[in-house]
Amino acid sequence: MTVTELTPTAAYKVTGPRVLRSEWAKFWSLRSSWITLGVAVVLLIVFGAIASATYSPGATAQGGPPGADSGDQDAVSLALLGVTFASLAVGVLGVLLSAGEYTTGMIRSTLTAVPRRLPVLWSKAAVIGPVILVLTTLGALAAFQLGTLGLDGEKIALSLGDDGVLRSLAGAGLYLALVAVAGVALGVLLRSSAGAIAVLVGVLLILPGLASLLPDSLYDTINPYFPSNAGSAMYALHQSSDALSPGAGLAVFAGWVALILAGAAWRLTKSDA
Amino acid sequence: MIEVRELTKRYGDKTVVDHLSFTVKPGEVTGFLGPNGAGKSTTMRMIVGLDSPTKGSVTVGGTSYAKHTAPLHEIGTLLEAKSVHPGRSAFNHLMALAYTHGIPRSRVDEVIELAGLTSVAGKRVGAFSLGMGQRLGIAAALLGDPAIVMLDEPVNGLDPEGVLWVRNLLRSLADEGRAVMLSSHLMSETALIADHLVIIGRGRLLADTTVDDFTREASGGGVKVATAESGRLRSLLAGPDVTITSSSAEELLVLGRDARQIGRIAAEHGVALYELTPQSASLEAAFMDLTRDVVEYQSHPVETGRKAA
Ligand SMILES: Nc1ncnc2c1ncn2[C@@H]1O[C@H](COP(=O)(O)OP(=O)(O)OP(=O)(O)O)[C@@H](O)[C@H]1O
Ligand SMILES: [Mg+2]
Repeated sequence: MTVTELTPTAAYKVTGPRVLRSEWAKFWSLRSSWITLGVAVVLLIVFGAIASATYSPGATAQGGPPGADSGDQDAVSLALLGVTFASLAVGVLGVLLSAGEYTTGMIRSTLTAVPRRLPVLWSKAAVIGPVILVLTTLGALAAFQLGTLGLDGEKIALSLGDDGVLRSLAGAGLYLALVAVAGVALGVLLRSSAGAIAVLVGVLLILPGLASLLPDSLYDTINPYFPSNAGSAMYALHQSSDALSPGAGLAVFAGWVALILAGAAWRLTKSDA
Repeated sequence: MIEVRELTKRYGDKTVVDHLSFTVKPGEVTGFLGPNGAGKSTTMRMIVGLDSPTKGSVTVGGTSYAKHTAPLHEIGTLLEAKSVHPGRSAFNHLMALAYTHGIPRSRVDEVIELAGLTSVAGKRVGAFSLGMGQRLGIAAALLGDPAIVMLDEPVNGLDPEGVLWVRNLLRSLADEGRAVMLSSHLMSETALIADHLVIIGRGRLLADTTVDDFTREASGGGVKVATAESGRLRSLLAGPDVTITSSSAEELLVLGRDARQIGRIAAEHGVALYELTPQSASLEAAFMDLTRDVVEYQSHPVETGRKAA
């Protein structure tokens, strides 16, 4: 029996890039990551393609999900009809990546290897953010291109080169990437998959509805700043009068995510694992 | 080396670890003993910084755990609670830990083989038996080629072959100059592996001693001797403080002389011994004596007889 080590061990050292490499490997070595990722992209493409294919100019806008712009329909808003559903999937993916470590106990191994802790949080965000950004931007592009087939000849048809189209599609990718990061942060903050998913759904889907119970004047002022509304401003082609600009939407939504991340960082470093 | 100084942990108003101080030295196996709920696992979690002490300090290799640039190279840990994602394969689990330190894949393969997991390395950990999970935990503890190895109830769930494997492994780790710490509730089991004993109860230090000293003090249980010439041996062993009882023609229970003395006397007089056993039950009894007043979860005799109707 030997436990001797052949390689020079002086090289062993925890570094930022190595923690990132580890989180990258962790992400891809779970089947649930692949499944949830697949579901997110499929939802994005299928909803967009179907919405475009079944579009008829006369029909009034069907009760889309909250968050989807219920204003006038355009080729982009149809193509991005799946964003709300995809946002739930990527949010869950983020939660599973972090809260999943608490529910399984993996976090104890993780934090024993990286006792400074914070690099783990940043790395999880840095893995899931870009992955979601790239895949869902591609998904949004695919949904739009499939949509143009369905909208062929319609008045609202647009092409990729038209003003703002690419910006909107990339905005959807960026929004979903930030939702995934928010999921990671919520998971670390609450340490429970069920709890974090419930909060995520509550904030993205239920909060805007509840807010409409507020007095009108107040509602009109704060409504655009709700996470989901700021988020949908990021990927809307045409801004309704009361909504934020895409840039402002990004800033506000990123601010919300940063806030949750700060809470997560605080809990991660301050409390017992 | 692990140095625990006045370590205290409170959960709410319950003090789980209470001004605990001890040292785990290199080249030795230190057994960490105490009844259920004594605070062993909590202490070990504090050693690797998972829980932070309410008071006191603990250093690993001279500094606090989180300050090490390569913590897994400093101390390898097996914790009591499951610390693995069941959806990952054993290989991927170890690889994920290895990446954080730049530990090469070859080392991962090495510890997988060492732990006897080669055939199941690609399987999801969720499908592992208790013992296989334990082996994976030990593989993870050895991954960083650590100077200190700290295992919380390592033989829990292992089959006899596995228990023997752990025993030999820990011995060879200590012989290589590493500091080894393992926790257990079983005195007799620990006495076989350990050199040093740290015994706690309700979070407080009860004994910090060597196995030899503890065994010597505990050997009030006597030594069982079997020989065909029991009558002759009885008179050879007789002495002022020696009591000898006998349960059968060939068996003696000797109190007041240790196994070493009995063996020597028998050899000098050419008495063949078939058995020479310090009563290990006495180790367990001594441990229970020591911890009786501090047992957290006292069990009561169970009424098993059926009541006559
Ligand atoms: N996170 C926690 N919150 C509250 N109490 C805790 C926590 N962790 C442990 N305890 C309590 O601390 C005490 C010591 O627990 P610990 O697990 O350290 O004991 P142990 O010596 O390892 O016991 P065992 O031999 O059963 O493994 C127990 O009473 C337990 O209930
Ligand atoms: Mg324990």
